[in-house]
Amino acid sequence: MTEFLQQLINGLAFGSILALIAIGYTMVYGILRFINFAHGDIFMLGAFAGFYLAPKIAALIPLPSIAGTLVVLGISMALCAGLGGLIERLAYRPLRKRPKLTVLITAIGVSLFIEYAGQFFFGAAPKKFPDILPVWQVTRIGGLSLNSNQLVVLGVSLVLLLALRFIVLKTKIGTAMRAVSFNPEAAALMGVNTDHVISFTFALGSALAAAAGILWAINYPSIDPLMGILPGLKAFVAAVLGGIGSLPGAALGGIIIGVTETLVSGYISSTYRDAIAFAVLILILLVKPSGLLGKKEIEKV
Amino acid sequence: MKTWPEQFLAAAAAMLVLTGCNKPAAGPDASADIIKVGEFASLTGSEATFGQSSHHGTQLAVDQLNAAGGVLGKKIQLLTEDNQSQAGQSATVVRKLISSDGVVAILGEVASSRSLEAAPICQQNKVPMISPSSTNPKVTETGDYIFRVCFIDPFQGTVMANFAGKRLQLKNVAILTDVKSDYSVGLTKFFKEGFLAAGGKIAVEQNYSGGDKDFNAQLTAIKAANPDGLFVPGYYTEVGLIALQAKQLNLAFPMFGGDGWESSSLVPIGGAALEGDYFSTHFSPQDTTPAVQAFAKDFLAKFHEPSDAMAALGYDSLMLLADAIKRAGTTEGTKVREALAATKDFHGATGNITIDPARNASKPAVILTITNGGFQYIETVAP
Repeated sequence: MTEFLQQLINGLAFGSILALIAIGYTMVYGILRFINFAHGDIFMLGAFAGFYLAPKIAALIPLPSIAGTLVVLGISMALCAGLGGLIERLAYRPLRKRPKLTVLITAIGVSLFIEYAGQFFFGAAPKKFPDILPVWQVTRIGGLSLNSNQLVVLGVSLVLLLALRFIVLKTKIGTAMRAVSFNPEAAALMGVNTDHVISFTFALGSALAAAAGILWAINYPSIDPLMGILPGLKAFVAAVLGGIGSLPGAALGGIIIGVTETLVSGYISSTYRDAIAFAVLILILLVKPSGLLGKKEIEKV
Repeated sequence: MKTWPEQFLAAAAAMLVLTGCNKPAAGPDASADIIKVGEFASLTGSEATFGQSSHHGTQLAVDQLNAAGGVLGKKIQLLTEDNQSQAGQSATVVRKLISSDGVVAILGEVASSRSLEAAPICQQNKVPMISPSSTNPKVTETGDYIFRVCFIDPFQGTVMANFAGKRLQLKNVAILTDVKSDYSVGLTKFFKEGFLAAGGKIAVEQNYSGGDKDFNAQLTAIKAANPDGLFVPGYYTEVGLIALQAKQLNLAFPMFGGDGWESSSLVPIGGAALEGDYFSTHFSPQDTTPAVQAFAKDFLAKFHEPSDAMAALGYDSLMLLADAIKRAGTTEGTKVREALAATKDFHGATGNITIDPARNASKPAVILTITNGGFQYIETVAP
């Protein structure tokens, strides 16, 4: 039982990082009906922003400390938000009226560009992410090892998800986002600046990816320019599993993928971990093609 | 898939003929006073520190030989290609080294998977290849032109099995293998055979894939099996993270592994979580043998950093080649191959090397432990 609870905690911590990345995919899809494949690379850039910021922040606020971590987290989220907006402006906006496939291919191009530009600027060798967050005494409750980093990941993910929910449901820009998602033409006729809303969506999604990057690097402190590929892919799967376009769906999908993978490698076989996790995805999609929390969309012919 | 290498070679040959027509001067007279040696290494990517160390060692050997007048009166020119630690790249760069640069021999690689990519190409072209530090037996089994200057996994696995059983007094060991790496899978196999034969038990076997970052699931399962030690025959990038996560899960038993651990990047990632862990390797600068001390001193003077096993093996791979070329009296592939195969009691920086009939090096291993963030020499185990 202890082992099972431990595996559950491991899975939740891993899954909640995937959830943060998955939300970026799902938000952009919800508004533009297009998958931003460069999202996993923004996640990588978030971790590298933290890597280069930490020594500078340490000069002002001694690290490791909670305040310092929040500053690093905040600045790299802001940097990546700006970058996400910039990518949208330069690479995707000129293609707004083109077929969806064109934009999709461009997204793959942007993704490869960021990865290899990253290898050029940061170097391909893995780097040690600095210890920015103090690690508390590992808590032991009846043989369970609760590590403070895992709790922080869970906590920060939860806070960010609630903040996002607030933005989308209670603010003016959130209302505009939902309006554009519902029907961009009608929203534009009602005076919503769709370009502005789309840029904001990219920025918001990128900020979450950056936060996930920092949380990931705190937990697994070895970062490299290709680190975003696999988590990006898994988060994309999580978004589809939860029902792409649905925010709670993406969060749920992330948690399900994280927990399934951990339980499979803990109890069945770590070799077939990905294969089994993806088989679960196929099964769920066979039964519910629009994903767990996705709405059925009627294609207009 | 089976025919494309031939097609590629044919195309490459055709290109050579074409470029040969354009540049007749690039014939034998241009390379009359130099010996071209090709090296492929992981200079960047996930095993970059291995490739860099190995390359530095080889470079040091080239400089020393050229300063002493070269080999057969010719200077050695080292042509180095980076494979970015990626699968598929080695084959490409080795083809380039052989067909367009015309090297007399190939040196490389650290990782067995990547040496295995290059070996068939060298064998086909009858270009001798010396792997500095690929320990998987399959590498030299490719053919009679493939050699190595390091020991092989059966020996390393047995050494660690004996060390775990006799010196550490472990009875019930868990194993965590990188299933994507030939090296790791091979080491697990030979460790298991040795440890079981000596009366030990394997508590549980878990796997991961190179590049993974999260090992909590495997480590939690290992913890539940309650072993008294953990064998991790992986590479340093993952070993550091495994040690960290094991510490966070309160796994209170020693970890030990093979030469894949030895890197200057291991301790920065794993930190205090690695204290008191052990690994087997080829070389320790703390070894007091004169050949070791001389190499360690020269390496420090040239690169301003302490030498490690990969550097010493890179150094030995070129020195062994130079020795063979001298004995052969020519750089012709078949003659150099014969001279390499006849190597006996060569005094290298990593101990005395004799090439056995299977073209593997018969030589000692050393065992190190990690204390105060550094590697500490424990013992040398003879073959």
